[in-house]
Amino acid sequence: MFSLSRKDLAALAVFAAVVLTMPIWLAPFGAAYPGLMQKFAIYAIFAIGFNILFGLTGYLSFGHAAFLGVGSYTTVWSFKLLSMDIGPAMLFAIIVSGVFALLIGYFSLRRTGIYFSILTLAFAQMSYSLAYSVLTPITNGETGLLLARDDPRHLDALFGAQATAAGLPQPTLFGMSVTGYTGFYLCAVILIIAFYLSQKIFASPFGMALRGIKSNQTRMNYTGFNTRPYMLAAFVISGMFAGLAGALLSITDPLAGAERMKWTESGNVVLMTILGGVGTLFGPVIGAWLIKYFENIFSAINTNMLNGLFSFLPDGVQTFVVTVLSKFVGEGWHLTLGLMFVLIVVFLPGGLVEGFHRLMVRLKRQKATPDGVTSVQPAE
Amino acid sequence: MIEATPNIILHAADVHKNFGGLRALSDIDLQIEEGKTHAIIGPNGAGKSTLLNVIIGRIPPSSGAVVFDGTVLTGKAPHEINQLGISRVFQTPEIFPDLPVLHNVMAPAFARRDGAFRVNLLRSIDSERQIRQEAEDILDDIGLHGRRGDHAGSLSRGDKRRLELAMCLIQRPRLLLLDEPTAGMSRHDTNTTIELLRKIKSSGMTKVIIEHDMHVVFSLADRISVLAQGRIIASGLPQEIKEDPRVQQAYLGGSVQ
Repeated sequence: MFSLSRKDLAALAVFAAVVLTMPIWLAPFGAAYPGLMQKFAIYAIFAIGFNILFGLTGYLSFGHAAFLGVGSYTTVWSFKLLSMDIGPAMLFAIIVSGVFALLIGYFSLRRTGIYFSILTLAFAQMSYSLAYSVLTPITNGETGLLLARDDPRHLDALFGAQATAAGLPQPTLFGMSVTGYTGFYLCAVILIIAFYLSQKIFASPFGMALRGIKSNQTRMNYTGFNTRPYMLAAFVISGMFAGLAGALLSITDPLAGAERMKWTESGNVVLMTILGGVGTLFGPVIGAWLIKYFENIFSAINTNMLNGLFSFLPDGVQTFVVTVLSKFVGEGWHLTLGLMFVLIVVFLPGGLVEGFHRLMVRLKRQKATPDGVTSVQPAE
Repeated sequence: MIEATPNIILHAADVHKNFGGLRALSDIDLQIEEGKTHAIIGPNGAGKSTLLNVIIGRIPPSSGAVVFDGTVLTGKAPHEINQLGISRVFQTPEIFPDLPVLHNVMAPAFARRDGAFRVNLLRSIDSERQIRQEAEDILDDIGLHGRRGDHAGSLSRGDKRRLELAMCLIQRPRLLLLDEPTAGMSRHDTNTTIELLRKIKSSGMTKVIIEHDMHVVFSLADRISVLAQGRIIASGLPQEIKEDPRVQQAYLGGSVQ
């Protein structure tokens, strides 16, 4: 079961260490609070799952937010109807989003390229509209699905574990509350498991078949592979990852709203994956962290902070610099993100992971050059 | 229902193919004997590639049927036809350019072993020692073992063709279809390929070759069919074809070699 190559095991160990020490190394960046780190972990799971479809098969889905939303709603309903324990909530979220992915994938995968993308987008927008208005009894429409004190919670009732404290009941894991750092470590551990699963898929014959589909679908067919079920399996797996991410969003903050299904969310996960590096193991995680960091930290910088930062400059210059920079921070963080995205796609089509590889190659070459020089010198 | 006679592995019976008003193939009746190498020759535009595409199911015939070992191929999907034991080398090599050379050869071996679809997530490619060994052996045979870690897209055109041949051979197909396997190869590479094809000839695999190069045709073929203007104008042993006046007129321009 734990059959990974030595290289993959090392990568997994490094990854686990990086994720679990987040509270330490994120502190200097001002992002070491559990609420934000949870988001880092959750969106990394979302992006890892998306990468299994987009990175391995090359099929670009513009509708993955639908599965995120389905996961969220299912989780809240599980809290309402069954139990405040997160176990069944996550399980049902994964199953229900998997079924949704099976339906949407079955139809969308009849087309390739741009038509596939448009179909997934159409399905996601349909889901969004349904959640926003038509299915109000299930989704509570604009307000969003919330917990209530008098929810039935049949399983909890069965075991006599009715919440007695005042206020709304909180999600628990075997009776343990999952707020604050517990919540973060819960998401972190699930992220590590998700990363391990994606490693397994990348290294398996199944993953190789998905790469074959991306590389040459004609050859795949004439080699005896039935490509459609492979595609559908990849689509469902990535939908389940999205559902799990949606479940975690609702676990850390027990409500579900239709805006989670909006096309901007679907676009975000595409950006994360491309920014970090499509088809790489680490890329989507790095992309997710970067975008969430920008969204939460960069957007919080305001003109006063900039004025403080550049107070050493002469008055006129300071006003000028602050006026220009203020367009790129705060509300304008999208501008910075957009610029960064353009630069990376133009100069580093393989994303930040490719940039890292290029840097390593250059460093190695620089290290090798002095050696070469010394070995030449005696001849002179 | 057309019955295949015992030693006829492939039978294209009464096949017609029209593209709009153009008659690409008419009255084709082609029988391929098991274990033999059957060459299909003919001038440009005679319909050779169309015939191959009809056999492999890429193009449906307008009428008639192709029967492989008692199974009607017409209407089957490409992967189903492959699963019956038919592999194909294309005129322009169809390989996996973004995958390492070794994985290019391993993927068809998985398709042979696991069938058309299987989600085997728990095993890793590296733990498939048997398939890997087989792939390395076959790469050794075609002289690409040293490049097994490179992306297949970086190979030269001749190497890509050889790689594609290896991808078909590792499936140990019962019928191998080759569409101009030596086109664009140097004389040296052509001879190496002929040698390789001769070697597998002894293993009992049936082969259908479309070829322009008469040197290749007469070094390999047991049977030859001549296609001209969508019709088979002659079929027989190489010696008979060489001497057939109709063939010489239609294709060989009056003399052979």
